[in-house]
Amino acid sequence: MTETHYQGKLHHLQKELMSEYYAALTASANGSGVPAAYLLIGGNPVELLRAFDILPVFPEVNALQLAVRKQSLPFIQSAEFMGYSSDNCAYVKADIGMYFGGRETPFATIPEPSLLLCNYVGCNVYLDWFGHLAEFTGKPAFQLDIPFIRSASGKPSKEDIAYVLRQLHHLIGRCEEITGRKLDEERLREAVRLSSLTGDLWSKIKHLTKRTPAPYDAYFDSVTMMAPLYCLRGTPQGLEFFETAYAELLAKAEAGIGPLEKERFRYVIEGPPPWPHLRAFRDMFSRWDAVAVASTYSTVGGLWEFGFTHDPDHPLESIARHLLEWNLTNRNFLQRYEQIERYLEEWNANALVIHSVKSCRLFSAGQGDMREYFTKRGVPTLLVESDLEDPRYFSEAQMRNRIDAFFESIAHRPTREGASV
Amino acid sequence: MSTQSIAQSIESLVEYCDRIIEEPGFAAAVAWKNAAPNRATIGCFPVYTPVEVFYASGVLPVGLAGGGNRMEIAHADSRFQSFICSIVKSTLEQGMTDLLEPLDGLVFHSICDPARNLASVYARNFPETPVEYIHFPQNFEAEESPRYLRDEYARVATFASGLSGREMTTDDLRAAIALYNRVRETIRRLYALRRDAPHRLRTRELYPLVRVGHLIPPEEHAELLADALHAAATREGRERDRIRVVLTGSFCEQPPLDLIAAIEDAGCYLVDDDFLLGRRWFTENIPANVTDPLLALADGYINASLPTPVKHDMRVSPSELLVERARSHRADAVIVLCAKFCEPSLFAYPLYRKALQEAGIPHLFLEFEEKMWMFDRVKSEIETFVESLLFD
Repeated sequence: MTETHYQGKLHHLQKELMSEYYAALTASANGSGVPAAYLLIGGNPVELLRAFDILPVFPEVNALQLAVRKQSLPFIQSAEFMGYSSDNCAYVKADIGMYFGGRETPFATIPEPSLLLCNYVGCNVYLDWFGHLAEFTGKPAFQLDIPFIRSASGKPSKEDIAYVLRQLHHLIGRCEEITGRKLDEERLREAVRLSSLTGDLWSKIKHLTKRTPAPYDAYFDSVTMMAPLYCLRGTPQGLEFFETAYAELLAKAEAGIGPLEKERFRYVIEGPPPWPHLRAFRDMFSRWDAVAVASTYSTVGGLWEFGFTHDPDHPLESIARHLLEWNLTNRNFLQRYEQIERYLEEWNANALVIHSVKSCRLFSAGQGDMREYFTKRGVPTLLVESDLEDPRYFSEAQMRNRIDAFFESIAHRPTREGASV
Repeated sequence: MSTQSIAQSIESLVEYCDRIIEEPGFAAAVAWKNAAPNRATIGCFPVYTPVEVFYASGVLPVGLAGGGNRMEIAHADSRFQSFICSIVKSTLEQGMTDLLEPLDGLVFHSICDPARNLASVYARNFPETPVEYIHFPQNFEAEESPRYLRDEYARVATFASGLSGREMTTDDLRAAIALYNRVRETIRRLYALRRDAPHRLRTRELYPLVRVGHLIPPEEHAELLADALHAAATREGRERDRIRVVLTGSFCEQPPLDLIAAIEDAGCYLVDDDFLLGRRWFTENIPANVTDPLLALADGYINASLPTPVKHDMRVSPSELLVERARSHRADAVIVLCAKFCEPSLFAYPLYRKALQEAGIPHLFLEFEEKMWMFDRVKSEIETFVESLLFD
């Protein structure tokens, strides 16, 4: 089998719900009166916006949608014409190009922001991105500064938590100014409660791929679920999506059905996908009957599968902990090694694929060291390079050769259990 | 070597600095450490380190400035990809070739993603080397940011004391702030002198005078700078037909000295720059004799530090500041000199470009790598730019 077919209710429901979400963005752009806030994926505090009925707009999601639809290159080029470097993050370039292109995309008209909420959660490019948007749009910006995890324990300090909480109170004040109404604490608790239930379901879904065969691909199918996780988290629709997804994927797991006819290799994958060539990339693994059982990329917005859950009784505290501790982007690079090790062990994977993207140095800088680390530990590890947004960095023939050679080589290696795969 | 024993001309001071900068092994720092008990050294990655906190704890902060153009990167290339800037790789390479052996620890900061990941990679590859990481606040508007940073500095002081075996007292910190104030104030005066009379002090001379502070104790640096200020102020010089240029973009990875010289030789007076920005950092002295000097130092970061693309202070527009800087320095042009693959620097450029164009200030965009060693092409590019302005 060389081609993958997207089937099942969850894919259809995702399309339907995301279409509704994008329709709301377009309505806002056309003057529906619903204010929009731009924010970033890393550990996002979307619940706070929900409490104010502020529409969340994720420029990263918009950028990747452009890439998936093969619409990103002209926007990237128009940003480069403005002076952006070929070495700058192409998400930013596509977004800036799209902004100056009238905010018109094939999926929505993106509204002007009422607030630029820069949740600085690890990624330093976020700061540049939203700084530029602030300069270009002239709209109010809020820097939500999240101290990076730098302790040996891998936990934020009590000073870090207090600092973030105080900033969240300022952010609430800013939202009150924009909407002209005070925070309804009950509504905040309700959004956090919905997020809590959603996160729990997402965690259960993540754990389903521990089974053999995995009922879905934890990279290529997870990305389908990530859009609702961010754009709809904290809403009844978001929860409904994850109830449907969990029920469907659990049923597949119970029935022993995987995404491919046969599961020959179980691998962990690190790094964002090459959005402009997603299908081609997926098929390179499918032809080897290789299924991703875990992916680091699916944890950029939150790391629910390792025990995090929002707490409606302590809404702001749990939002602060989500921002600080419970997402990949604010964790240090060695914590990612630990995360991958857990996946390899607990999800029973026998290989690691590192997709190194030029745009995102948060992910990629130092992945050669990561390869060295896992190779020395006896984990077959492949590092391939392309980009998450810029289609010019993807060499299909070369990529296929590297992936073919990798699976060819490990096909004859003994596994941890002693048998060849 | 004391500056007292050498002739007090700019040429001899620069020669002295050049020699120390060229020497591997951090000899001056090691000598300082061995001169008394409870002392240690720490390597500080750019851009800014709260040096006072280390020095007051008995730790000499040594500035890391990459590998220059004489280092071949043979090992670190396999750890960091081709699209990562050179200083990240050359710093790791220095570790892998034992060149950082004389240092007792390293400190990195939240300046960019590769530098942050380097902190982790370094710690993994050198588990015996204590590695610290400082998260500088990026919310400049929140009233609690100085307090947060104060707590961060207190944490760093504990780390520093662990290296030296000596606890920092408030008086130690006050003394360190006063000492580094003296260093920074003299650098500011040298920068002002160069702005007003660039023919008296070339940037190729000013640069090593500042950079040597990466490698020698601050008392010695303060003396050396005072000597240099005196020598430059009384120096004879003849003004040449050159354009006045503000240079920006080189605040982290450093260009080769020969590139700085080539820019000047191509017909430019560099009247302002952001080389080695961390050694100047503040726009004014930090109050030392206050109840909580740690808070004063943190407050200085938030409210009295120089603009740079690794700080995102939403209260100001970086591009407007650059235009103002060009005007206040009576610059004919701006050169944006970015390290290859340096995201913060490259991201700053589109905004600079727009603002400079709107202000009618000519500019030239150039990229460099610390390891470059041929300068003919870049010199010729700058010469063409200079000629286009001189003969406009």
